[in-house]
Amino acid sequence: MSVQLWTYILVGITFAIYIGIAIWSKASSTKDFYVAGGGVSPLANGMATAADWMSAASFISMAGIISFAGYDGSVYLMGWTGGYVLLALLLAPYLRKFGKFTVPDFIGDRYYSKTARIVAVICALIVSFTYVAGQMRGVGVVFSRFLEVNINTGVIIGMIIVLFYAVLGGMKGITYTQVAQYCVLIFAFMVPAIFISIQMTGNPIPQLGMGSTLNDGSGTYLLDKLNGLSTELGFAEYTSGTKSKIDVFAITLALMVGTAGLPHVIVRFFTVKRVRDARKSAGIALLLIAILYTAAPAVAVFARTNMIETVTNQPYASMPEWFKNWESTGLLQFNDKNNDGKIQYVANEQVNELKIDRDIMVLANPEIAKLPNWVIALVAAGGLAAALSTAAGLLLVISASVSHDLIKKIISPNISEKGELWVARGAATGAVIIAGYFGINPPGFVAAVVALAFGLAAASFFPAIVLGIFYKKMNKEGAIGGMVVGISLMLFYMLKFKFGIFDGGKEAVAELSSEWWFGISPEGFGTVAMVVNFVVAIIILQFTPPPPNEVQEIVEDIRIPNEAGEAVDH
Amino acid sequence: MIDKKKNAKAYWKENLRLLLLLLSIWFLVSYGAGILFRETLDKIQIGGFKLGFWFAQQGSIYIFVILIFVYVKKMNKLDKKYNFDE
Repeated sequence: MSVQLWTYILVGITFAIYIGIAIWSKASSTKDFYVAGGGVSPLANGMATAADWMSAASFISMAGIISFAGYDGSVYLMGWTGGYVLLALLLAPYLRKFGKFTVPDFIGDRYYSKTARIVAVICALIVSFTYVAGQMRGVGVVFSRFLEVNINTGVIIGMIIVLFYAVLGGMKGITYTQVAQYCVLIFAFMVPAIFISIQMTGNPIPQLGMGSTLNDGSGTYLLDKLNGLSTELGFAEYTSGTKSKIDVFAITLALMVGTAGLPHVIVRFFTVKRVRDARKSAGIALLLIAILYTAAPAVAVFARTNMIETVTNQPYASMPEWFKNWESTGLLQFNDKNNDGKIQYVANEQVNELKIDRDIMVLANPEIAKLPNWVIALVAAGGLAAALSTAAGLLLVISASVSHDLIKKIISPNISEKGELWVARGAATGAVIIAGYFGINPPGFVAAVVALAFGLAAASFFPAIVLGIFYKKMNKEGAIGGMVVGISLMLFYMLKFKFGIFDGGKEAVAELSSEWWFGISPEGFGTVAMVVNFVVAIIILQFTPPPPNEVQEIVEDIRIPNEAGEAVDH
Repeated sequence: MIDKKKNAKAYWKENLRLLLLLLSIWFLVSYGAGILFRETLDKIQIGGFKLGFWFAQQGSIYIFVILIFVYVKKMNKLDKKYNFDE
C-alpha cells in the first residue's frame, strides 16, 4: 500500500475516534465545560496534560532543532521538562486546593482586585493566541505533505475537527480526546525511533542506542562518529555547541518557568478531584512526557548522522525519492554552486549547496531510514494528534478567559449558567476562527513569538502565582505592578532585539546581539524579566497596605490539602 | 482552632524544608551538571556519552521525574502525619 493510502486510513481512524469521544463526553454544565466536572482521574489527567503540553513543536520541530544545534538544543530538553518540577512542587497542589476555574480566577481572588484579573486575562490571551496560531500551521504542514492537499485546506479540516470537540465537549471533551491523542502521538514517535535505533546501533531502546556503538562492526560510538562528521564539514562539535554559558542558563530557566506559568497547562490541574491527585498527575504527566523527551535527542542524533551520510558528496541524480518529495515542498533546497552534480553540504555558507529546513528531520526521518510505509503514515497521524491536542487546550483557555473572567466576573455577573455556557461555546468558536485565520495567513512573527510566549508567561504569571501562595503578605499593588513591569519589559526587549523596531527593522537584529543585556538573547530574557517582576512586587509591597485578613486566611487555607471540596460553582 | 493553626504551621514548615531539598537537587542536575560544570564532567565518558552532555540531554530529565514522585510520596506521608489527608 502507498504512503498516502496508509495516511488516509490512519488519520481517518484517529479522527473518527476523536469525534466519537466528543459525542460521548458532551459538556452539560459550565463546570463540565471549564474543568471537565472536576473528577478526572490522575492517570487520565496525566495523559491529557502530556498531550496538551506536547505540541506540534515538540513532536515535529524539537528533534530537528536539536539535530542542528547539538548540545545547545539541551535548553529545550531541560527547559520543557524541568518546568514540571516547579509546577508540581510550587503551583499545582495549591491551585487545586483553591479550586476555581481559571488562572485569572486565582489572580483576581487572591489579589482581591478586578484590575489584577483583567491584567491576568490580557496576559493569558497574549500567550495563548501566539501559541495556537503555530499549532494550526503545523496541522496545515502535515496535511499538505502527506495527504497532498493544499495547506489552507489542511488548516480548515483541522479547524472543523477541533471546533467539533472543543465547542461541544469543552474541557470534558478535550480531556478524553487528549488521552487518545497521547496514545497516538507517543506510539507514532517511538515506533520509528525504535526501528532506527535497531538499524543503526542494534539497541532497541533509542535512549541507550544514542550512547552505543555503531552497527557496522567498526566499534565506533555513534556520538563520536557524529562529532567527527560535524567537525569534518566545518560545524561545531555536536556534543559541545556554540551558545554562551550564561545564555544557555537563561534560556533554560525562562523555558522552565514559562512552562510552569502557561495557563493551558495550569488549568489541567483544576480538573482532578483532590490535592493529592494534582500532585500525582503532575508526576504522571512528566513521566509520559519524558518518554518522548529522552527519545528526541536520540532521534536527533540518528537523523543527523543519516542525513549527512546520505547526502554528503553524493551525486544529486542518485538521491532517493524522499529527497525529491521534500524539495517540492520547498523545505529542502539544492543549489549546485560549483556545477559538479554532487551535493556539498558544509558549514561554510559560500560553499554549502543544500538548505535543510529543521522541521523535516522528524517527518522525513522514517523515509530516510527506509522504514515501511505504515510507519511513515503513523508519523503524520502523530503530528496531527500533537498539534490538535495542544490547539484544543489553548482554545479552552481563550474561551474561558472571555466567557468566565470577562463576561461572568466583570461585565455581566448575573448571567445564567446556561447563558455562560453558550457564551463559552461562542467564544471557543470565535477563537477557532481567529486561530485558523492566523494558520492560513501566518504573520511572519508567529514562529518567533511562539518561543517568546514562554518568556511572556515567565515574566507575568509565574511570580504572581508563586508569591500569592508562598508570601502571605503580598498585596495587589505589588502583584499588579510586578506583572505589568515584567511583561512590559519582556515585550520591550522582544521588540528591540528580536524585531529591531527601534533600530531599523529586522535587518538590524543580527548586529544588535552584541548589545544584549548581560549577553542574554531574547529567548532567555524571560529569566531577567521574571526576576524584575519579583523585585518590583516586593519593593512596592513595602510602601502599600498589606492584604485584608480574609485574603490572608485564603492563603493559609490553600496551603493545607484537606477540605479541598469540589471546584465549586460560584 | 489554635491547635489546628499550630498544626498547619508545622506542616507548612516541613513542606518548605522538603521543597528546598528537592529544588536544590533540581538545580544541581540541570544547571549544575548540565550547564555550569559540563566541561569538567564531559571529561568523564560512560559508554558513548560524555557525562555533562548526558546530564543535559538525558540524566536531568530522569531525575526530574524521580523528584516529583519522591515529592508525591513524602507529601502524602506528611498529610497523614498532620492529619490533613483527604
